Amino acid sequence: MTAAGFLRAILAATLLLAGSGAGLVASASGPALDAARSGPCVEDPKVMRRSHMDFLKHDRDDTVRRGIRGIKHSLSACVDCHASKADGRVLGSEKHFCQGCHTYAAVKVDCFDCHASTARPAATAAAAAPGSLR
Amino acid sequence: MNPVDKRRREFFGQAAAIAGAMIAPGLMLYEYAEAVGPDGASRPRAPGEPVSGKVRWGMLIDTTKCAPGCRECVDACNRENGLPGTTRATDSQWIRKVDLKDLKTGKAVSLPVLCQHCAEPPCVDVCPTGASFKREDGIVLVDRHTCIGCRYCMMACPYKARSFVHEATTGQSPDVPRGKGCVESCTLCVHKVDKGGTPSCVEACAAAGHQAIVFGDLNDPSSEISKRVRAATTTQLRADLRTDNGVRYQGL
Repeated sequence: MTAAGFLRAILAATLLLAGSGAGLVASASGPALDAARSGPCVEDPKVMRRSHMDFLKHDRDDTVRRGIRGIKHSLSACVDCHASKADGRVLGSEKHFCQGCHTYAAVKVDCFDCHASTARPAATAAAAAPGSLR
Repeated sequence: MNPVDKRRREFFGQAAAIAGAMIAPGLMLYEYAEAVGPDGASRPRAPGEPVSGKVRWGMLIDTTKCAPGCRECVDACNRENGLPGTTRATDSQWIRKVDLKDLKTGKAVSLPVLCQHCAEPPCVDVCPTGASFKREDGIVLVDRHTCIGCRYCMMACPYKARSFVHEATTGQSPDVPRGKGCVESCTLCVHKVDKGGTPSCVEACAAAGHQAIVFGDLNDPSSEISKRVRAATTTQLRADLRTDNGVRYQGL
Protein backbone atom coordinates (compact mmCIF):
# COMPACT_ATOMS: atom_id res chain seq x y z
CA MET A 1 0.00 0.00 0.00
CA THR A 2 1.27 3.45 -0.86
CA ALA A 3 1.62 6.07 1.85
CA ALA A 4 -1.41 7.96 0.50
CA GLY A 5 -3.46 4.79 0.40
CA PHE A 6 -2.50 4.00 3.97
CA LEU A 7 -3.54 7.48 5.11
CA ARG A 8 -6.87 7.09 3.30
CA ALA A 9 -7.45 3.80 5.07
CA ILE A 10 -6.71 5.37 8.45
CA LEU A 11 -9.06 8.25 7.65
CA ALA A 12 -11.82 5.89 6.59
CA ALA A 13 -11.43 3.85 9.76
CA THR A 14 -11.55 7.00 11.89
CA LEU A 15 -14.69 8.23 10.14
CA LEU A 16 -16.31 4.84 10.55
CA LEU A 17 -15.57 4.86 14.25
CA ALA A 18 -16.80 8.43 14.77
CA GLY A 19 -19.85 7.98 12.53
CA SER A 20 -21.10 4.94 14.36
CA GLY A 21 -21.81 7.26 17.34
CA ALA A 22 -24.29 5.93 19.85
CA GLY A 23 -24.48 2.65 17.97
CA LEU A 24 -20.84 1.91 18.69
CA VAL A 25 -21.39 0.33 22.04
CA ALA A 26 -24.13 -1.99 20.88
CA SER A 27 -22.62 -2.82 17.50
CA ALA A 28 -20.77 -6.04 16.90
CA SER A 29 -17.51 -4.09 16.49
CA GLY A 30 -17.63 -2.42 19.94
CA PRO A 31 -17.68 -3.78 23.43
CA ALA A 32 -21.03 -4.92 24.82
CA LEU A 33 -21.46 -3.00 28.04
CA ASP A 34 -23.98 -2.94 30.83
CA ALA A 35 -26.45 -0.10 30.42
CA ALA A 36 -26.15 3.02 32.59
CA ARG A 37 -28.56 3.45 35.43
CA SER A 38 -30.51 6.52 34.44
CA GLY A 39 -30.80 9.69 32.43
CA PRO A 40 -28.58 11.32 29.84
CA CYS A 41 -24.86 11.77 30.36
CA VAL A 42 -23.41 15.16 31.39
CA GLU A 43 -22.09 15.59 27.84
CA ASP A 44 -22.90 14.09 24.48
CA PRO A 45 -21.69 10.46 24.47
CA LYS A 46 -19.48 11.12 21.45
CA VAL A 47 -17.76 13.97 23.32
CA MET A 48 -17.45 11.87 26.45
CA ARG A 49 -15.87 8.97 24.60
CA ARG A 50 -13.15 11.22 23.23
CA SER A 51 -12.65 13.71 26.06
CA HIS A 52 -13.75 12.21 29.37
CA MET A 53 -10.17 11.93 30.56
CA ASP A 54 -9.57 15.63 29.93
CA PHE A 55 -12.76 16.63 31.73
CA LEU A 56 -11.81 14.52 34.73
CA LYS A 57 -8.29 15.87 34.84
CA HIS A 58 -9.49 19.46 34.65
CA ASP A 59 -12.13 19.18 37.34
CA ARG A 60 -10.12 17.10 39.78
CA ASP A 61 -7.84 20.05 40.51
CA ASP A 62 -10.86 22.24 41.21
CA THR A 63 -12.07 19.73 43.76
CA VAL A 64 -8.80 18.71 45.39
CA ARG A 65 -7.10 22.10 45.54
CA ARG A 66 -9.94 24.63 45.54
CA GLY A 67 -12.53 22.58 47.40
CA ILE A 68 -15.25 22.90 44.76
CA ARG A 69 -17.65 20.02 45.21
CA GLY A 70 -20.52 18.90 43.03
CA ILE A 71 -18.62 19.66 39.83
CA LYS A 72 -20.06 18.57 36.51
CA HIS A 73 -17.38 16.04 35.62
CA SER A 74 -16.92 14.07 38.79
CA LEU A 75 -15.51 10.56 38.75
CA SER A 76 -17.74 9.38 41.58
CA ALA A 77 -20.78 10.62 39.61
CA CYS A 78 -19.56 8.60 36.58
CA VAL A 79 -19.34 5.53 38.77
CA ASP A 80 -22.72 6.08 40.42
CA CYS A 81 -24.43 6.21 37.04
CA HIS A 82 -22.43 3.68 35.04
CA ALA A 83 -22.03 0.97 37.69
CA SER A 84 -23.43 -2.40 36.75
CA LYS A 85 -26.94 -2.99 37.98
CA ALA A 86 -25.89 -6.48 38.98
CA ASP A 87 -23.00 -5.72 41.32
CA GLY A 88 -22.76 -1.90 41.44
CA ARG A 89 -19.25 -1.84 39.95
CA VAL A 90 -17.58 -0.37 36.87
CA LEU A 91 -14.75 -2.92 36.91
CA GLY A 92 -14.73 -6.68 37.06
CA SER A 93 -15.46 -8.04 33.59
CA GLU A 94 -15.57 -7.01 29.94
CA LYS A 95 -19.22 -6.10 30.41
CA HIS A 96 -18.50 -3.57 33.13
CA PHE A 97 -18.57 -0.02 31.80
CA CYS A 98 -15.04 1.27 32.41
CA GLN A 99 -13.16 -2.00 32.11
CA GLY A 100 -15.09 -3.13 29.03
CA CYS A 101 -14.29 -0.09 26.94
CA HIS A 102 -10.75 0.34 28.22
CA THR A 103 -9.96 -3.28 27.39
CA TYR A 104 -11.48 -2.79 23.94
CA ALA A 105 -9.37 0.33 23.38
CA ALA A 106 -6.31 -1.24 25.06
CA VAL A 107 -5.87 1.71 27.43
CA LYS A 108 -4.91 1.29 31.06
CA VAL A 109 -7.40 2.69 33.57
CA ASP A 110 -5.53 3.66 36.75
CA CYS A 111 -8.28 5.80 38.34
CA PHE A 112 -9.48 2.89 40.40
CA ASP A 113 -6.13 2.12 41.99
CA CYS A 114 -7.22 4.83 44.40
CA HIS A 115 -10.82 5.75 43.61
CA ALA A 116 -13.74 3.54 44.57
CA SER A 117 -15.04 1.52 41.62
CA THR A 118 -18.32 0.84 43.41
CA ALA A 119 -21.41 3.03 43.34
CA ARG A 120 -22.60 4.68 46.53
CA PRO A 121 -25.33 2.75 48.35
CA ALA A 122 -27.79 5.57 47.58
CA ALA A 123 -27.03 5.32 43.87
CA THR A 124 -27.51 1.56 44.02
CA ALA A 125 -30.95 2.03 45.54
CA ALA A 126 -31.90 4.49 42.82
CA ALA A 127 -30.83 2.09 40.09
CA ALA A 128 -34.37 0.76 39.76
CA ALA A 129 -35.05 3.43 37.13
CA PRO A 130 -34.43 1.94 33.67
CA GLY A 131 -31.47 3.47 31.87
CA SER A 132 -31.24 4.00 28.15
CA LEU A 133 -27.79 5.50 27.94
CA ARG A 134 -24.61 3.57 27.96
CA MET B 1 -18.97 74.45 52.16
CA ASN B 2 -22.72 74.24 52.58
CA PRO B 3 -24.18 72.30 55.54
CA VAL B 4 -25.40 69.42 53.36
CA ASP B 5 -21.93 68.83 51.94
CA LYS B 6 -20.44 69.02 55.42
CA ARG B 7 -22.81 66.40 56.79
CA ARG B 8 -22.21 64.25 53.76
CA ARG B 9 -18.44 64.48 54.25
CA GLU B 10 -18.74 63.56 57.90
CA PHE B 11 -20.95 60.61 57.04
CA PHE B 12 -18.55 59.23 54.46
CA GLY B 13 -15.63 59.79 56.78
CA GLN B 14 -17.26 57.77 59.55
CA ALA B 15 -18.43 55.05 57.17
CA ALA B 16 -14.90 54.67 55.83
CA ALA B 17 -13.51 54.52 59.36
CA ILE B 18 -15.94 51.76 60.28
CA ALA B 19 -15.41 49.77 57.08
CA GLY B 20 -11.65 50.17 57.37
CA ALA B 21 -11.46 49.09 60.98
CA MET B 22 -9.35 46.03 61.60
CA ILE B 23 -11.51 43.62 63.59
CA ALA B 24 -8.62 41.22 64.03
CA PRO B 25 -4.96 41.46 62.97
CA GLY B 26 -4.97 41.26 59.20
CA LEU B 27 -8.74 40.96 58.92
CA MET B 28 -10.70 43.98 57.70
CA LEU B 29 -14.41 44.39 58.41
CA TYR B 30 -15.35 44.21 54.75
CA GLU B 31 -13.44 40.94 54.38
CA TYR B 32 -15.14 39.56 57.45
CA ALA B 33 -18.56 40.57 56.14
CA GLU B 34 -17.93 38.59 52.97
CA ALA B 35 -16.97 35.45 54.86
CA VAL B 36 -19.73 35.46 57.44
CA GLY B 37 -23.47 35.87 57.35
CA PRO B 38 -25.51 38.57 59.10
CA ASP B 39 -25.52 36.58 62.34
CA GLY B 40 -21.73 36.43 62.40
CA ALA B 41 -21.65 32.69 61.75
CA SER B 42 -19.44 31.28 59.00
CA ARG B 43 -21.34 31.48 55.76
CA PRO B 44 -21.51 28.23 53.80
CA ARG B 45 -19.83 28.51 50.43
CA ALA B 46 -22.02 28.72 47.37
CA PRO B 47 -21.73 25.77 44.96
CA GLY B 48 -18.78 26.34 42.65
CA GLU B 49 -17.17 28.87 44.99
CA PRO B 50 -13.57 28.00 45.87
CA VAL B 51 -12.35 27.93 49.47
CA SER B 52 -11.03 31.23 50.74
CA GLY B 53 -8.37 32.34 53.19
CA LYS B 54 -11.03 34.15 55.20
CA VAL B 55 -11.71 30.82 56.90
CA ARG B 56 -9.08 29.02 58.97
CA TRP B 57 -10.32 25.62 60.05
CA GLY B 58 -8.98 24.51 63.38
CA MET B 59 -9.51 22.06 66.15
CA LEU B 60 -9.32 22.40 69.91
CA ILE B 61 -8.67 19.23 71.89
CA ASP B 62 -9.46 19.47 75.60
CA THR B 63 -7.18 16.87 77.18
CA THR B 64 -8.97 17.21 80.51
CA LYS B 65 -12.06 15.67 78.88
CA CYS B 66 -10.22 13.06 76.79
CA ALA B 67 -10.66 9.69 78.50
CA PRO B 68 -7.65 7.35 78.78
CA GLY B 69 -8.30 4.16 76.85
CA CYS B 70 -11.08 5.69 74.76
CA ARG B 71 -10.50 5.21 71.03
CA GLU B 72 -13.79 6.49 69.63
CA CYS B 73 -12.11 9.19 67.53
CA VAL B 74 -9.58 6.74 66.11
CA ASP B 75 -12.23 4.18 65.21
CA ALA B 76 -14.49 6.81 63.67
CA CYS B 77 -11.59 8.06 61.53
CA ASN B 78 -10.83 4.56 60.31
CA ARG B 79 -14.48 3.94 59.43
CA GLU B 80 -14.98 7.26 57.69
CA ASN B 81 -11.81 7.12 55.62
CA GLY B 82 -11.74 3.41 54.86
CA LEU B 83 -8.51 2.75 56.77
CA PRO B 84 -7.74 -0.79 57.86
CA GLY B 85 -7.48 0.17 61.53
CA THR B 86 -4.56 -2.18 62.09
CA THR B 87 -1.35 -0.84 63.64
CA ARG B 88 1.50 -2.71 62.03
CA ALA B 89 4.53 -0.49 61.33
CA THR B 90 3.45 -0.13 57.70
CA ASP B 91 -0.25 0.57 58.27
CA SER B 92 -1.78 4.00 57.79
CA GLN B 93 -2.80 5.83 60.91
CA TRP B 94 -4.32 9.28 60.50
CA ILE B 95 -4.98 9.76 64.20
CA ARG B 96 -3.34 8.11 67.21
CA LYS B 97 -4.10 8.15 70.90
CA VAL B 98 -1.04 9.12 72.94
CA ASP B 99 -0.74 8.68 76.71
CA LEU B 100 1.70 10.95 78.51
CA LYS B 101 2.81 10.96 82.10
CA ASP B 102 4.87 13.54 83.89
CA LEU B 103 7.35 11.38 85.79
CA LYS B 104 7.99 14.01 88.44
CA THR B 105 4.37 14.71 89.34
CA GLY B 106 2.66 11.59 88.09
CA LYS B 107 0.09 13.63 86.18
CA ALA B 108 -1.16 11.60 83.22
CA VAL B 109 -2.92 12.90 80.11
CA SER B 110 -4.40 11.12 77.14
CA LEU B 111 -4.75 12.90 73.83
CA PRO B 112 -5.30 12.21 70.16
CA VAL B 113 -2.52 13.37 67.82
CA LEU B 114 -3.26 13.93 64.18
CA CYS B 115 -2.11 16.19 61.35
CA GLN B 116 -1.81 19.60 63.03
CA HIS B 117 -2.77 21.49 59.86
CA CYS B 118 0.06 23.98 60.25
CA ALA B 119 -0.10 27.45 58.81
CA GLU B 120 3.57 26.96 57.88
CA PRO B 121 3.62 23.26 57.06
CA PRO B 122 7.10 21.71 56.72
CA CYS B 123 5.62 18.90 54.61
CA VAL B 124 4.62 21.45 51.98
CA ASP B 125 8.05 23.09 52.05
CA VAL B 126 9.88 19.87 51.21
CA CYS B 127 7.50 18.33 48.67
CA PRO B 128 9.36 18.10 45.34
CA THR B 129 6.23 17.87 43.19
CA GLY B 130 3.81 20.26 44.88
CA ALA B 131 1.56 17.37 45.81
CA SER B 132 1.65 18.32 49.49
CA PHE B 133 -0.23 21.59 49.76
CA LYS B 134 -2.20 23.82 52.08
CA ARG B 135 -5.67 24.79 51.00
CA GLU B 136 -6.67 28.43 51.32
CA ASP B 137 -8.78 27.56 54.36
CA GLY B 138 -5.82 26.05 56.19
CA ILE B 139 -6.39 22.33 55.56
CA VAL B 140 -3.14 20.57 54.66
CA LEU B 141 -3.66 17.84 52.07
CA VAL B 142 -1.85 15.51 49.69
CA ASP B 143 -2.87 15.70 46.05
CA ARG B 144 -2.42 12.04 45.22
CA HIS B 145 -2.56 12.78 41.51
CA THR B 146 0.85 14.44 41.86
CA CYS B 147 2.33 12.49 44.80
CA ILE B 148 5.23 10.30 43.74
CA GLY B 149 5.55 8.59 47.12
CA CYS B 150 9.02 9.92 47.93
CA ARG B 151 8.07 10.35 51.61
CA TYR B 152 10.11 13.52 52.19
CA CYS B 153 7.02 15.00 53.84
CA MET B 154 6.91 12.10 56.30
CA MET B 155 10.50 12.90 57.28
CA ALA B 156 9.74 16.62 57.57
CA CYS B 157 6.60 16.32 59.68
CA PRO B 158 7.45 16.91 63.36
CA TYR B 159 4.25 15.16 64.44
CA LYS B 160 4.66 11.84 62.60
CA ALA B 161 1.26 12.57 61.17
CA ARG B 162 1.71 11.12 57.72
CA SER B 163 1.59 7.53 56.53
CA PHE B 164 2.63 5.82 53.33
CA VAL B 165 0.32 3.33 51.67
CA HIS B 166 2.46 0.25 51.11
CA GLU B 167 -0.09 -2.15 49.76
CA ALA B 168 -2.83 -2.12 47.14
CA THR B 169 -6.09 -0.90 48.63
CA THR B 170 -9.62 -2.11 48.12
CA GLY B 171 -12.97 -0.99 49.43
CA GLN B 172 -12.23 2.75 49.45
CA SER B 173 -14.98 5.17 50.31
CA PRO B 174 -16.20 7.04 47.20
CA ASP B 175 -15.39 10.28 49.04
CA VAL B 176 -11.91 9.27 50.20
CA PRO B 177 -9.75 7.89 47.41
CA ARG B 178 -6.55 6.28 48.65
CA GLY B 179 -4.08 3.94 47.03
CA LYS B 180 -0.70 2.30 47.02
CA GLY B 181 2.35 4.49 46.50
CA CYS B 182 1.04 7.72 47.98
CA VAL B 183 1.48 9.49 51.29
CA GLU B 184 -1.67 10.32 53.19
CA SER B 185 -2.76 11.94 56.43
CA CYS B 186 -5.72 13.45 58.21
CA THR B 187 -7.79 15.58 55.80
CA LEU B 188 -9.95 17.10 58.56
CA CYS B 189 -12.67 15.11 56.75
CA VAL B 190 -12.48 17.69 53.99
CA HIS B 191 -15.24 15.94 52.02
CA LYS B 192 -17.60 16.56 54.94
CA VAL B 193 -16.34 20.03 55.79
CA ASP B 194 -16.88 21.15 52.18
CA LYS B 195 -20.53 20.23 52.59
CA GLY B 196 -20.86 22.10 55.88
CA GLY B 197 -20.16 19.06 58.05
CA THR B 198 -17.81 18.27 60.92
CA PRO B 199 -14.92 15.79 61.03
CA SER B 200 -15.91 12.29 62.10
CA CYS B 201 -13.62 12.22 65.13
CA VAL B 202 -15.36 15.30 66.53
CA GLU B 203 -18.77 13.72 66.04
CA ALA B 204 -17.66 10.43 67.58
CA CYS B 205 -16.17 12.16 70.60
CA ALA B 206 -19.40 14.07 71.17
CA ALA B 207 -21.49 10.94 70.66
CA ALA B 208 -19.40 9.15 73.29
CA GLY B 209 -20.25 11.97 75.69
CA HIS B 210 -16.74 13.39 76.05
CA GLN B 211 -17.05 16.56 73.94
CA ALA B 212 -13.27 16.81 74.08
CA ILE B 213 -12.83 18.03 70.49
CA VAL B 214 -14.16 21.30 69.12
CA PHE B 215 -13.96 22.01 65.39
CA GLY B 216 -14.53 25.37 63.80
CA ASP B 217 -13.32 28.50 62.08
CA LEU B 218 -10.49 30.18 64.00
CA ASN B 219 -10.98 33.35 61.94
CA ASP B 220 -14.62 33.73 62.94
CA PRO B 221 -14.68 35.53 66.32
CA SER B 222 -18.18 34.22 67.06
CA SER B 223 -17.37 30.52 66.52
CA GLU B 224 -17.22 28.25 69.55
CA ILE B 225 -13.59 27.41 68.96
CA SER B 226 -12.61 31.09 68.82
CA LYS B 227 -14.42 31.79 72.07
CA ARG B 228 -12.77 28.80 73.72
CA VAL B 229 -9.23 29.65 72.63
CA ARG B 230 -9.84 33.25 73.70
CA ALA B 231 -11.02 32.21 77.16
CA ALA B 232 -8.60 29.44 78.09
CA THR B 233 -4.90 28.80 77.75
CA THR B 234 -4.24 26.45 74.87
CA THR B 235 -1.01 25.14 73.42
CA GLN B 236 0.22 24.20 70.01
CA LEU B 237 2.42 21.09 69.98
CA ARG B 238 6.06 21.99 69.41
CA ALA B 239 5.21 25.69 69.27
CA ASP B 240 8.98 26.31 69.20
CA LEU B 241 9.00 25.18 65.58
CA ARG B 242 6.68 28.09 64.73
CA THR B 243 4.55 26.04 62.38
CA ASP B 244 1.42 27.75 63.81
CA ASN B 245 -0.74 24.66 64.13
CA GLY B 246 -4.46 24.73 63.46
CA VAL B 247 -4.90 22.01 66.09
CA ARG B 248 -4.59 23.30 69.66
CA TYR B 249 -4.56 21.46 72.97
CA GLN B 250 -6.03 22.51 76.29
CA GLY B 251 -4.75 21.17 79.62
CA LEU B 252 -1.35 20.01 78.42
